[in-house]
Amino acid sequence: MSTTDFTPALSRSALRYRKLRDRTIELLLLAAALVAVFTTLAIVAILLIESSAFFEHVSIVDFLTDTMWTPLFADAHYGILPLVAGTLTTTMVALIVAVPLGTLIAIYLSEFAPHRIRETVKPILELLGAVPTVVYGYFALTMVTPALQWLMPDLPGFNMLSAGLVIGLMIVPYVSSLSEDAMRAVPRYMREGSYAMGATRLQTALRVVVPGAFSGLAAAFILGISRAVGETMVVAIAAGMQPNLTFDPREPAATITAYIVQVSLGDLPHGSIGYQSIFAAGLVLMFLTLIFNVVGFSLTRRFREAY
Amino acid sequence: MSVNPAMAPFLDPNSVKRGLSRRKVLDKVFVIIGLTVMLACLAILAVLFIDLIKDGSERFTWDFFTNFASRRAERAGILAAWVGTTLIMVVTAICAVPVGVAAAIYLEEYAPKNWFTAIIEINVTNLAGVPSIVYGLLALGLFVYEFDLGQSIAAAGLTLALLILPIVIVATRESIRSVPKAIREAAYGLGATRWEVTKDHVLPYSTGGILTGMILGLSRAIGETAPIITIGALSFIAFLPESPFTSEFPFISFGWLNDPFTAMPIQMFNWVSRPDPAFQANAAAAGAILLGMTLMMNAVAIWIRYRFRKKINW
Repeated sequence: MSTTDFTPALSRSALRYRKLRDRTIELLLLAAALVAVFTTLAIVAILLIESSAFFEHVSIVDFLTDTMWTPLFADAHYGILPLVAGTLTTTMVALIVAVPLGTLIAIYLSEFAPHRIRETVKPILELLGAVPTVVYGYFALTMVTPALQWLMPDLPGFNMLSAGLVIGLMIVPYVSSLSEDAMRAVPRYMREGSYAMGATRLQTALRVVVPGAFSGLAAAFILGISRAVGETMVVAIAAGMQPNLTFDPREPAATITAYIVQVSLGDLPHGSIGYQSIFAAGLVLMFLTLIFNVVGFSLTRRFREAY
Repeated sequence: MSVNPAMAPFLDPNSVKRGLSRRKVLDKVFVIIGLTVMLACLAILAVLFIDLIKDGSERFTWDFFTNFASRRAERAGILAAWVGTTLIMVVTAICAVPVGVAAAIYLEEYAPKNWFTAIIEINVTNLAGVPSIVYGLLALGLFVYEFDLGQSIAAAGLTLALLILPIVIVATRESIRSVPKAIREAAYGLGATRWEVTKDHVLPYSTGGILTGMILGLSRAIGETAPIITIGALSFIAFLPESPFTSEFPFISFGWLNDPFTAMPIQMFNWVSRPDPAFQANAAAAGAILLGMTLMMNAVAIWIRYRFRKKINW
């Protein structure tokens, strides 16, 4: 038995080939991962470039203080406030629906529901999150608005109330599913400690689990808010397309997103001021989303409980 | 020994009992409220969906699938819309899945732990939170005008691909992460390179999760309306894009990539926004079909996840 005629399974050049192949593949994979970075950069760049062209015609002061938004009229005004008011109003209505309902359902599912119910309802909630928003828009216009008009006879056919309510209903599954995940992540021994002190399930849920999961709950609400702010089709269909500076949800008003859709439906020439105005509107939308996210992030940081 | 008067109720057995039964009642009340609210929410949504299907039911005919849009509601159909949606989905899947899976592999298997990787990760998370209409604006500026793709199927497919990229990445990462370390180490121990470990061991085990993520992403893309309105989808199209299959060699053509298009959600939006109630039935029918498509895709995704989870025993 000799050990001297040992030949390696792979020749030197085969090894070198393997190394080279691995290196190439790694670079390709890195390039794919960088697509995400480039997308973000491209979004910021496009919004800033087109908006800066817009702000060559319109002063920022007018943009932020004028109370009329009529870029497509002969007497053009470029005040973003009416669109922001519309966006905030529909978002508020949606949150008034979604936050209490979503939290309640999450607490029930996480702390009280029998295993069978939870395992049935969770997939349904996830399924509901996939329903196209244009379908919810149809609900708002053809079912919820008539129902509201039966309650409030002088409600106009387009109104922010109906759109906001439907957005709220739409994000309830989303918020409750995320909140439930957050509450389930609170360790079991904390609940058991609380039970051992004689607390009931409700007391444990409200005083131990909810505070413990607060950062996760805040994150869920923030994601809900982002969806409500950026929601487009429901408001474009049910809230009307007229910019209207009001915080009264019973009135029709355009949101930022609805305005972008309205302009896109027409055929505005590339480079015109109307074309540039949707990018300025988009910039404001991104800014609003950013503000909510920053606030949410700092809340999450402040109330994070480490186990 | 004197007793602190504030503690008195806790030492009186009767008052303790009363407090306990009150707390237990509250507990029960909350269970009832929670269950009622949850069922009420689900019931409202169920009623809305049933109403949608009922409103659209009179339009579920063969003609509805084979007719183009028309000025007359009874003769209008969704031919251009479903063909458009199918072609867009093909482009979206071809672009988003390889890039998304590759990015996920990089982040899970290759990426060193440093600030650069952190930036990529933060980017992926943030992109998932960007409103979809902003993707539309990006596509309008970049794909339609900068790359000069025009208001075409290619531009729409690329837009939706960017939109679902985070979904594909996150789902793939989760399923890659669930492959135990021991599998990788065993392969490294036999002298496999990193790519060999990934390709021959990690990826086969995570196929289920990757497929699920891909289908969930596409089911999101199929219903997205806002971004493709923004890039300029037409809502009235009475012709089909160029056929992808030709009778002459090489039998496949890519001319359709440059054609204008409409899609299911666009068609539905167009019908919803008409005042004529006859078109509302069309909108409901299109909505029901769209809903059926998304729910079916999700059901398939859930089924795949279940199948693969059952098959693998670590």
